[in-house]
Amino acid sequence: MDQKRSTLDLFNTDLATELRLGLPGTTDDKPEIIKTASLSGNKRSSSEMGSSTCTDENQSRFSPPTKEQVVGWPPVRSYRKNILQAKKPESETGSGMYVKVSMDGAPYLRKLDLKVYKCYEELMEGLQEMFKCIIGLYSEREGYNGSQHVPTYEDKDGDWMLVGDVPWEMFISSCKRLRIMKSCEARGLSA
Amino acid sequence: MSLAGLARDAGDAGDYFIPYPDQVLENVLENVLVFLKSRRDRNAVSLVCKSWYRAEAYTRSEVFIGNCYAVAPRRVTKRFARVRSVTVKGKPRFADFSLLPQDWGAHFTPWVAVMATAYRALEKIHLKRMSVTDDDLAVVAHSFPNFKELVLVCCEGFGTGGLAVVVSECRHLRVLELIEDEVFDDEVDWISCFPSDGPSNLESLSFDCVESPINFESLEKLVARSPLLKKLRLNRHVSVQLLYRLLIRAPQLTHLGTGSFSPLEESNNENTRETDYVSAFAACRSIVGLSGFREIAPEYLPAIIPVCANLTSLNLSYANIDAEQLKPVIRHCHKLQVFWVLDSICDEGLQAVAATCKDLRELRVFPIDGAENAEGPVSEVGLLAISLGCRKLQSILYFCQQMTNAAVVAMSKNCPDLVVFRLCIIGRYRPDHVTGEPMDEGFGAIVKNCKKLTRLAVSGLLTDMAFSYIGQYGKLVRTLSVAFAGDSDIGLKYVLEGCTNLQKLEIRDSPFGDSALRSGLHHFSNMRFVWMSSCQVTQEGCLDVARQLPRLVVEVFRRDEEEGGQRGDFVDTLYMYRSLDGPRADAPLFVKIL
Repeated sequence: MDQKRSTLDLFNTDLATELRLGLPGTTDDKPEIIKTASLSGNKRSSSEMGSSTCTDENQSRFSPPTKEQVVGWPPVRSYRKNILQAKKPESETGSGMYVKVSMDGAPYLRKLDLKVYKCYEELMEGLQEMFKCIIGLYSEREGYNGSQHVPTYEDKDGDWMLVGDVPWEMFISSCKRLRIMKSCEARGLSA
Repeated sequence: MSLAGLARDAGDAGDYFIPYPDQVLENVLENVLVFLKSRRDRNAVSLVCKSWYRAEAYTRSEVFIGNCYAVAPRRVTKRFARVRSVTVKGKPRFADFSLLPQDWGAHFTPWVAVMATAYRALEKIHLKRMSVTDDDLAVVAHSFPNFKELVLVCCEGFGTGGLAVVVSECRHLRVLELIEDEVFDDEVDWISCFPSDGPSNLESLSFDCVESPINFESLEKLVARSPLLKKLRLNRHVSVQLLYRLLIRAPQLTHLGTGSFSPLEESNNENTRETDYVSAFAACRSIVGLSGFREIAPEYLPAIIPVCANLTSLNLSYANIDAEQLKPVIRHCHKLQVFWVLDSICDEGLQAVAATCKDLRELRVFPIDGAENAEGPVSEVGLLAISLGCRKLQSILYFCQQMTNAAVVAMSKNCPDLVVFRLCIIGRYRPDHVTGEPMDEGFGAIVKNCKKLTRLAVSGLLTDMAFSYIGQYGKLVRTLSVAFAGDSDIGLKYVLEGCTNLQKLEIRDSPFGDSALRSGLHHFSNMRFVWMSSCQVTQEGCLDVARQLPRLVVEVFRRDEEEGGQRGDFVDTLYMYRSLDGPRADAPLFVKIL
């Protein structure tokens, strides 16, 4: 019996009841507290990955949490955190169409390459995966129903629009940034 | 009429109670007190006796409010009648790291409303971490005919529209400094709203934190008609080509924030290729402070070399440059006293700093990548080098991935003038990476050897021993920041019982509970605030404190704004502070005041 119960299982059963300070978009595969000295990870976690897990093969699933997993740590103001991202060329032709994505209540922004998606469904899946939230079902008449989150975007004119109203091609050519609003705040956008 | 003569005449009249000499004494006192600027001295003066209290209140022209909720605005205006300058601080510092919910408070509105009638001669407003609306700014613009200086640090709630009202209506405006604020982009062209008739009085204009683009033509004209302009800090929408145009118009500048310091995309025409940036900087003989470099194209950095020899302050903390790019510049900066930089320069870059900047007083090294398992470009090597080269160091903020006790001990011995020591080992609970031991001895050496230390921030693996050192030796420590540290209540007890001068205590994610909290009851009323989030204090423990110290406002809340303030068995966030006027009336629903 004992051999069957690997540390992985132990870990999995404890997870369900564990209290965490986790950001939306964090994966639940690491407890917050690490007290061993051996975890002096020397590999940089790539900031270009879409998910927040570290894919470095030297690190087991018990790798130290990436920065997204602990709110307000390290104690650096948010506009300083975006320095790396700011260096990446945003509008190089053919090299992706990155837009910033913010989610109400989350202190960190993410970046998403719109060119990776071919339609709204794929984009919704991507957003839901990134932020671990549920976005309601879109209907032309009522906007997004059935969830706490509504995806909106800022268009070329600087107006905030509901995602889904215009054809996909028109959307990706005019979308400057995305914001996932809480549905209680998004009342003004739907009919 | 001599004082002695007055007293003699009054004495001959036979009265014991002689108001007239008191009045004269009071006038004399007032004339003397006018020269007293330090608020600590003034506070002491006001305690001598009633007439000194009155005289001091009558002559205090600068009021400093360290916590906007510690006192009601009306109490301030009633005591101090002739105020020209007001400084108000609001939110606790952990708000900067998203640990305070959005709508917690610190509104400027009640303050400006009261001051609008009480302080008609007000000239200067300085706010830090306050929530300021466009309406508040409009009240400022309309209420103070002599208004000269507006400094907003880490504030939010206002936009370019509010700025437009201030700059257009405050005709005597000399200083407008926006530092690390969040400014809404209302798409109002506020730069064009400065009065365009005649020369302006502008001495300092800082808007590097404003994210919206600005009308450059208006800015250029403004700079051209501002002969007194000494400080100009641009935002990242000003390219290096546009910076050039401003530099040649304002060679009298002493402080410059360079904007993006990179070229605009379309920079292939002949004009820009021949631009002589070096000469432009060389013409600015008075520049002592440089900042900006928001989106730096490193090949432009050497253009600043002509001013390096005079620089006392250099902020490269947005510039992603490496050691090789830093060296040609830093080796000229012999007079540098304040240096902010990114860890992209690595230990090697810090060694270059240590080799040249012998007069360095303040160093801040920010992380370019805050991930806990990132490869740390700076380490104990850089810290040691700085300690050996910059013996006059007074203030350090150092982010790193790994550290050793030896390096911290060395710094404690090499830099005895340290007043501020803030070390942030990004990997939480990380021990000395050479010995595997906790970082207790390093921080212990700092509090022991740095006899002038008033501000300390600790990190890494720390046991209660570290706190015992802090309590034992940190007698002058006024501000202490703790995160992910300590073993038990005893740690916090050591601090609360030992640090007799503690004013500001901020703790997060540490195993301190009610018993530790209770050990500070004798001292909390002497502190500005205590913050404890994700610790082990319970509702009962906080209630206990609230009951025993009625002058303390004890706030309990959750970061995610859920009501009740609890997370499991413990309180999510405890924030308590002394107040003369009881609990605030503007607390949002999710804040529970015990």
